[in-house]
Amino acid sequence: MTQTPKVMVKATNVWKSFGHNEVLKGINLEVKAGEVTTLLGPSGSGKSTFLRLINHLDTASAGRITVDGDLVGYREHNGALHELRPQSIAKMRSEVGMVFQQFNLFPHMSVLQNIMEAPVGVKKESKARVRERAERLLERVGLADKRNAYPGSLSGGQQQRIAIARALAMEPKLMLFDEPTSALDPELVGEVLDVMHDLASTGMTMIVVTHEMGFAREVADSVVFMDGGVVVESGRPKDVLSNPQEERTQAFLSKVL
Amino acid sequence: MNTSMNGLAVPDVSVGQRSPEKVKKLKRPGRWASYIMMGLVAVLVIQSVATNPNFGWPIVGEYFASPRVLDGLVNTLQLTFIAMLLGVVLGVILAVMRLSTNPALYGAAGLYIWFFRGTPVFVQLLFWGFISALYPTLALGIPGAEPLFSTDTNSLITPVVAAILGLALNEAAYMAEIVRAGIVSVGKGQTEAAHALGMSNMRTLRRVILPQAMSVIVPPTANNVISMLKTTSLVSVLSFPELLYATQLIYAENFQTIPLLITASIWYLIVTTLMTIGQYYTERHYNKSTRAQGLSIMRRFIELQKRRGTNDAPAR
Repeated sequence: MTQTPKVMVKATNVWKSFGHNEVLKGINLEVKAGEVTTLLGPSGSGKSTFLRLINHLDTASAGRITVDGDLVGYREHNGALHELRPQSIAKMRSEVGMVFQQFNLFPHMSVLQNIMEAPVGVKKESKARVRERAERLLERVGLADKRNAYPGSLSGGQQQRIAIARALAMEPKLMLFDEPTSALDPELVGEVLDVMHDLASTGMTMIVVTHEMGFAREVADSVVFMDGGVVVESGRPKDVLSNPQEERTQAFLSKVL
Repeated sequence: MNTSMNGLAVPDVSVGQRSPEKVKKLKRPGRWASYIMMGLVAVLVIQSVATNPNFGWPIVGEYFASPRVLDGLVNTLQLTFIAMLLGVVLGVILAVMRLSTNPALYGAAGLYIWFFRGTPVFVQLLFWGFISALYPTLALGIPGAEPLFSTDTNSLITPVVAAILGLALNEAAYMAEIVRAGIVSVGKGQTEAAHALGMSNMRTLRRVILPQAMSVIVPPTANNVISMLKTTSLVSVLSFPELLYATQLIYAENFQTIPLLITASIWYLIVTTLMTIGQYYTERHYNKSTRAQGLSIMRRFIELQKRRGTNDAPAR
């Protein structure tokens, strides 16, 4: 390698608690630009919470997260952190795509409207341009014929592919996936993973919370195993998945593989 | 004859054909008895209404489409429309304030709703009618300095203004609760998805939340319109000639109290019937546009149950 790729996401000693419940207990993590990172771990290990902190849907209790060098949710001035205004947070979010477990498409809008809403309404791009891009994205996720359909008439797998297209329409520099296949019927998981695989091959930086070990093994550049609010082990998939060093990782993998 | 699983004999029918078996309908003697009883009651009521001369049907016919009654009807309809419009607009603002995280805003909205729902609308209307006893003059300007504008309260708060204020401000409190219920009914995931796309709170509300909240907001609002039409009759105490007061003015002259109250009642019935038909169609429209959504909610529920079966707790 001639140059080290730049760091897209950096978490430094990130803590998060809901009331008395400590969910994250000092997460340190680095995600390089162009890489696919999967977060693995048992339910309740804090992976989804951590993902939501990256675009400030939840607020960290302590610690810092930077995306592309910018502090998430705060501005540093004279050694103190100042909360950002809602507009600045919205601006930051518009550069980070997120895909949810429950798809969260807007049910009152057609597929095309779902995809075009934010680029036109938030980024104020021209309708014609966005429409062209939306059509291209629909082509890419294999749903060009569904442009005028409403989310309620689509299968879960189709909805999730539209949700991915909707996030991509904002031309994000980072994509977050929060268990994108967990709400799907088993036979629909493949079509969503295919789209994500294709996206990874284009060099998109992706952080994926998932239970799909196959995806982690084949697509991810690095795997982070979390348990009890801490990173237990991380590294290349073949190291972490095939030759885990930590007992907790071994125990988890023996159950899911 | 074949034998089915539970051992009963079933007629020999090839697969894919409907069974030709005859089914005897259950006898319902109670139903026939109630038909006869209700029929008798109806006959008695109709006979009484038709033969009792005190109903004064010829007088009802005489005044039914008289200009004074029709003017009153038009005033009632206008009052209903304006009070409802202001009530909805103010109600949406109050609902958004109520859901705000700003303590001053949700506190103020809460206080408003508490007061206007906690006192009878009739009393509120009287207050607006007697407002000049409370504030004889209204002035605009900086406190302590000479006012820029000053006027006699009675010239500004005329009966019609008092009526509109009284009805609209009261309605707003009820609309606020309806709108709030609608907003709350839209899943949290919708707000999160909108925020994740960089949409502002206002834009999320306008483009994502309110359109979906409509199916919850519209049916009770239509109900409130019908209710408002009838509530406008209270305004008669402010001497504003809406439908009821218009008929009261007539019977003050000719003492035909009952026929004129019947005249007003028939008009109220006609308008509320038309509104109920309208309500039926608006509800159907909003159900249709959310049918797809309803399906996806159902699907989500089923999927959730499936997930529960595979891994016990959903990940946070």
